Amino acid sequence: MKSTRHSTRPNGFYRARQWMVLALVGLGMAVLTGRAFQVQILDSSRLQSEGAARQLRSIAVTPARGRIIDRNGDVLAVSTPLDAVWAHPPTLFQAAGDWPRLADALGMSINQVGSLLNRYQDREFVYLRRHLPPAEAARIEDLGIPGVASLREYGRYYPAGPITSHVLGFTDVDDRGQEGIERAFDNHLAGIEGRKRVLRDRKGRVVEDIESVQPVYHGHDLKLSLDLRIQVSAQRHLAQTARETHAAGASAVMLDVQTGEVLAMVNVPDFNPNNRTDRTGERFRNRSVTDVFEPGSTVKPFTLSMALASGRFSLETPVSTSPGIHYVGRHPIRDVHDYGELTLSRVLIKSSNVGTAKIAMELAPEELHGVLAKVGFGQTTGIELPGEQGGRLLKRDRWRPIEHATLSFGYGLSSTPVQLARAYSVLASGGILRPVTLKHQSRPVNGQRVLPEHITRQINVLLEKVVSAEGTARRAAIPAYRVAGKTGTVHKISPEGGYEESRYQALFVGFAPASAPRFVLAVMVDEPQGRHFGGEVAAPAFARIMADALRIHGVRPDAGVDSGVTIVAHTRQGAPGA
Amino acid sequence: MKWAGFLSLIALVSALSVVVVRHQNRLEFLEVRAAEKLRDRLNDEWGRLQLEQATWARHSLVEQAARQELGMVTPGPTDIVVVQLEVAQ
Repeated sequence: MKSTRHSTRPNGFYRARQWMVLALVGLGMAVLTGRAFQVQILDSSRLQSEGAARQLRSIAVTPARGRIIDRNGDVLAVSTPLDAVWAHPPTLFQAAGDWPRLADALGMSINQVGSLLNRYQDREFVYLRRHLPPAEAARIEDLGIPGVASLREYGRYYPAGPITSHVLGFTDVDDRGQEGIERAFDNHLAGIEGRKRVLRDRKGRVVEDIESVQPVYHGHDLKLSLDLRIQVSAQRHLAQTARETHAAGASAVMLDVQTGEVLAMVNVPDFNPNNRTDRTGERFRNRSVTDVFEPGSTVKPFTLSMALASGRFSLETPVSTSPGIHYVGRHPIRDVHDYGELTLSRVLIKSSNVGTAKIAMELAPEELHGVLAKVGFGQTTGIELPGEQGGRLLKRDRWRPIEHATLSFGYGLSSTPVQLARAYSVLASGGILRPVTLKHQSRPVNGQRVLPEHITRQINVLLEKVVSAEGTARRAAIPAYRVAGKTGTVHKISPEGGYEESRYQALFVGFAPASAPRFVLAVMVDEPQGRHFGGEVAAPAFARIMADALRIHGVRPDAGVDSGVTIVAHTRQGAPGA
Repeated sequence: MKWAGFLSLIALVSALSVVVVRHQNRLEFLEVRAAEKLRDRLNDEWGRLQLEQATWARHSLVEQAARQELGMVTPGPTDIVVVQLEVAQ
């Protein structure tokens, strides 16, 4: 059938069709060449100006900074989109007639706008206003002034304000971390800038998004170990204590005994991170990690644990502390009272300097240095905050007797509040030293055994007695719970060398519940006026903060019936959970 | 000649598909942008709501409401009853 049809057509038909196709293709080529000639040669100047008016530009896409949340998911820092209004100075310069309208919308004077443009007239970019709510920026952009456009950026807000100020730090105007967690975890939080190609009109406004050049990666959220509820309580009680005692400053650090997580970390004075003008040097300082002081009597438990571990002392070993003053060479060591003859137990409960020094002198200074180094004095804690101080714990080749003696009751070394809390977490955990962390831990953290458990158990019994009528820290007691801890009252070192006669730091470090410790808390009050003993100034703040933490976490009261708690036995059949 | 025809046909198809794909890409990018704009708007609103929630749930406010409006107090030791679970075999 097919072959029959072919054979019926004449040859000339095909020839004609061939020419026809060739002519059409030739015509098409000619049209294209002509058009190319017109565009490239004849019209080039007009098209170039059109092209400049609608520019294809690649612009940055700002990533959103990740949130910071506490261990329960409460928001501590969040970024919200804002707009910056910017100008292309050469373009805006030519539209001087629009300046009054623009200045009015920006809330600036015409002179301000003028001088800004003068200063940047040969630049391509100048910010007019930053951190504007998007609606306000849109209103300015809608004025349609040539050379004015807006740009997306992010503003950082801290809902808890001053309460978390030192831990979190803050970001700069470009949303980069400057202090605290914001700085330490900047890479994690910041994300990666992307780029996109856009079509812009003559006024610099984005008319159309063309394509994504490089995708933007928004920042990751960060979950901290902080518990905002305890943080709030700690901030309030610490501020109250500082107010009542007219103190120059104060710090409190609470750690989880089992994980080394920081549950609360507050300092007085604080600042409002949402207000940039509030950010002045003195208030920024996170005293919990940067301020070192001599820990004084709070190191006595470690001195005595070393004495017990040596096997040469027991809790009942007698020590004479009469007459309340003891000379090492020409240097006097003093107690507050003459305690007469004390057992080793009561040396700690009464916090006798003389007794502690006499016991320590029986042991080698290297051993004393060793035990203090093992519980973390003189080294940073591993906390993720920038600027952490490691304190000072010198290792000497030759120890002068007075250096040996004073080290035993906490002079001649220095420590930060967080180091002190960590050292006591060793006692609370039965001898385990763990790194301190501000990141939420979802599983138990391995530590390193630095003290034998039977020693810490003996010491902890004594530390419980410190928080009783016979000890120095009655006021650290918490109803219904057993509390263990130690006071410290230290003279400040004067800038001229030596010690200040009447400037003190009041300390209390302890843990609860003593039967199965959960929380360690260190409280430091700097230069309290009037009353200045650790047991009077720092211990009450400790009790209030710790009581709140125990209640918030629903920790079972362990003080027994004597404390007024009713105990009801509930008997059920079979194994629990069966 | 046969090959040249074939190749130019392929070239034409390829050129056309480039045009089609670029166009599709443009359209889909627009769609992505629209979705991203929606996402940004929702994120914006979410951030605002989080701030609002954090403000209203501020601990001082909650405590004030609990103490003053609801007359709540912190339980003292005598208010606490510990129920000890003893398992009978």
